[in-house]
Amino acid sequence: MASYRTITIAETCESYRCLQERSVLEGMEALGRKGIPVGCRRGGCGVCKVQVIEGQFTKRVMSRAHVSAEEEASGCVLSCCIRPSSDLRLRIVGAMKKNVCHSPAMAAL
Amino acid sequence: MAMTGVLRPGHAQLRVLDLEESVKWYTDVMGLVPMGRDKQGRAYFKTRAERDHNSIILRQADQAGIDFFAFKVLDKTTLEDFDRKLNAYGVKTERIPAGELLGTGERVRFKIPTGHTIELYAEKKDVGNGMGYNDPEVDVLSGPGIRPIRMDHALLYGADLDGSTKLFTEVLGFTLVERVKMEDGKTDLAVWLTCSAKAHDLAMVRHAEDDKLHHVSFQLQSWEGVLRAADIMSINRVSIDMGPTRHGITQGTTIYFFEPSGNRLETFSGGYDHYPDMHPITWSWEEVGRSIFYHDRKLNDAFLGVVT
Ligand code: FES
Ligand SMILES: [Fe+2]
Repeated sequence: MASYRTITIAETCESYRCLQERSVLEGMEALGRKGIPVGCRRGGCGVCKVQVIEGQFTKRVMSRAHVSAEEEASGCVLSCCIRPSSDLRLRIVGAMKKNVCHSPAMAAL
Repeated sequence: MAMTGVLRPGHAQLRVLDLEESVKWYTDVMGLVPMGRDKQGRAYFKTRAERDHNSIILRQADQAGIDFFAFKVLDKTTLEDFDRKLNAYGVKTERIPAGELLGTGERVRFKIPTGHTIELYAEKKDVGNGMGYNDPEVDVLSGPGIRPIRMDHALLYGADLDGSTKLFTEVLGFTLVERVKMEDGKTDLAVWLTCSAKAHDLAMVRHAEDDKLHHVSFQLQSWEGVLRAADIMSINRVSIDMGPTRHGITQGTTIYFFEPSGNRLETFSGGYDHYPDMHPITWSWEEVGRSIFYHDRKLNDAFLGVVT
């Protein structure tokens, strides 16, 4: 059976459901809204950077050009490279911030 | 120009985050032929139809992107000649000894103003396409994977677009085929250059950061082949950026997609022939959407913003 986790964006307190076996970015994409600057979805381009402030996730390898080892240890990760194993609270950092936090569509979520 | 001087793109070395995963993907999904590994652990590939030993080299690294892009030149005399011309133009060159890349002769390596490392070489081992040079059959390209015809061109991003364009046209004999202007109507946003009679062998876009890769492209037989590639991508859950669609520029049909480390690749078909006597085509900023994605008629966010 499909198992969903709830992802909450700290800045706006908005949340969305994400399948446990999908990436946090895919979950956001599945909302089908404009303004989410989806890049490679494979950990190379860095546009999908987030800071996880609460919750557990599994991750795959991501580019050091965009996430340093220290950042990764502190939960600063590429959202296309993590899958939620619990509900997550995260902050958007990097290129996605202005689109996600200031898009009128996000407010309508 | 006649087919002397720089002949064609020859090899691209890409950085990948997980080599084993990538080798499997380039073999099973792209349908490239594995051509072995070297002492450094780099993995080599060619398409089935390519006759030279390799065209794609994968290097395990902690960040994605392109190490270098290389062009094959006619012969060793031509290589020496270009080395001299580059030096005279003020470009420092470095010699990479034969054999440093499997099956590949001596390379002349240099940096272009957009920060990319470019190589020229004259010799790469002719391993053939498996059909032989006498009375060959047609290769119907059956079997798993996309199986493109050849590694065809690259699109590179960097700041000094004018400097790199000048170097390729004035020193290496490339011709300008198409370009897109910025809002001011004067500055080039992007250029498509050829060293052959193809619509492009190299394209470049002006971009704040140097030494960035937009895509490495593989040629397919037909539009039907582009649709087949898209089906294979969906079956394998490949991350698709755009397409199948058509470019206004070159008029080729295309898919932009990402390999497992986030490097963008393209599979395309078609495009017109270009000869050096032909007038370059210029696109205005107002029509940039149609120039890149002819059917959507607008750029997606990723075109200018997502690179490795
Ligand atoms: S979308 Fe490119 S790194 Fe996540
Ligand atoms: Fe291309």
